[in-house]
Amino acid sequence: MAVPIKHILGILVDNLSIRGSVLPLSKSRSTGWAKGLDIPMGGKTVIYTGHMYQLIPSITAMEKMTSKFANSWISKYYGIGRMVNKVINISRFMTWTNANERAKFDGMLRNIALLLKTAEVDFGYLYGEELYTGTLVYDEGINDVFEYHAHKVYERIKKHNVERVITVDPHTTDMLKSVYPKIIKDYQLEVKSYLEVLAESNLKPLKTLEQDIVIHDSCVYARYEGIIDQPRQLLENAGAKIIEPINSRKMTYCCGGPVESLFPIKARTVADSRVEQLTSAGDSSVTMCPICYINLKAAAENNGLSVKDISDYLVEAYCDRNNSV
Amino acid sequence: MSIVNPSFIEEMSRFTEFNAYACINCGSCTALCPMGIDLLPRRMFRHVMLGLEDKVLENTENIFSCLLCKMCEENCPKDVPIVDNIKSIRWYINREIFKLGRN
Repeated sequence: MAVPIKHILGILVDNLSIRGSVLPLSKSRSTGWAKGLDIPMGGKTVIYTGHMYQLIPSITAMEKMTSKFANSWISKYYGIGRMVNKVINISRFMTWTNANERAKFDGMLRNIALLLKTAEVDFGYLYGEELYTGTLVYDEGINDVFEYHAHKVYERIKKHNVERVITVDPHTTDMLKSVYPKIIKDYQLEVKSYLEVLAESNLKPLKTLEQDIVIHDSCVYARYEGIIDQPRQLLENAGAKIIEPINSRKMTYCCGGPVESLFPIKARTVADSRVEQLTSAGDSSVTMCPICYINLKAAAENNGLSVKDISDYLVEAYCDRNNSV
Repeated sequence: MSIVNPSFIEEMSRFTEFNAYACINCGSCTALCPMGIDLLPRRMFRHVMLGLEDKVLENTENIFSCLLCKMCEENCPKDVPIVDNIKSIRWYINREIFKLGRN
């Protein structure tokens, strides 16, 4: 049975238009990671999560559901589901997440905040005022919905007089750094990934990472944004030995994540191929995108490859964990 | 038998630019595609330029299967904006066929 592309995209569009995000994410869920970190509200420079790390548990749950229904009679009823979803948020039930998963991704954001504090970067956070940037809708080519949303996001950021944002994932970085300036007139926002900010800082390792690490470059960081050397520099400065897999740097290989919402089985095939490449290079790998992380982690489940977000390695090397932010 | 729609490319480019004229059909893109989609992008772009709308729509699943990873674009000898073109085709399908959008 054909994948109901129209209805799945329709649900994502309706959610963004009605609820401000492609999948349900309450304010307490999107901001929970910052609890107790004493990050000031607003400021000229803010950390901008774009909700990507927080959305991953919901995306994974949605992918499991799509995968289950991919070839079943239920897929015929996505159209009805979409109509109901406009009134009742049924995608909330489709994306039920567990607390451990949420805590893991919140932990990565806390790592990033701790690293920035350790590097003595002065930054605030927009908390519940921060919005998802619309990556998925942009990628799927629903241009007018995306452009309307992008203007809303930019107005919200400027309402708080923000001049610089520090992004935490490749997709939000690309949106705010390269895509928004093409569609928003007189766009004025300095955008840097936290990896760029840390690489430019005087951060000194407190602990040596005596480890061989196979690096998985994100397609978006490497090919869209040219962010290739910074993660290597940060890991190598901490003593890690970087192992380059068959496809790396500008020739990196996709994790399959971009098609997981529509074609989870195809996404898994691509992730399996990438895990095979990484495994043939070493036992421990590092990712720098939450989408890469979750896809490769799932594909590596039974083959012994360790997959870690770069923030986990960096916080271990550069931060005193006993010092709360 | 295919029906040619002479204004297809104009309609496609009405809101976003579609530009594949520099493509020399060398096949680097299809050889490198992690999804192994041999139809995308070069043959699909040819369908668009020839106005073969039905051929394009027959391949909707392939069009939405593209990872947008830019492996093809990085290695394209003629610098064709492959990912933007794919997104232009998606936008056409979303707007004209799926009726998705603000209006």
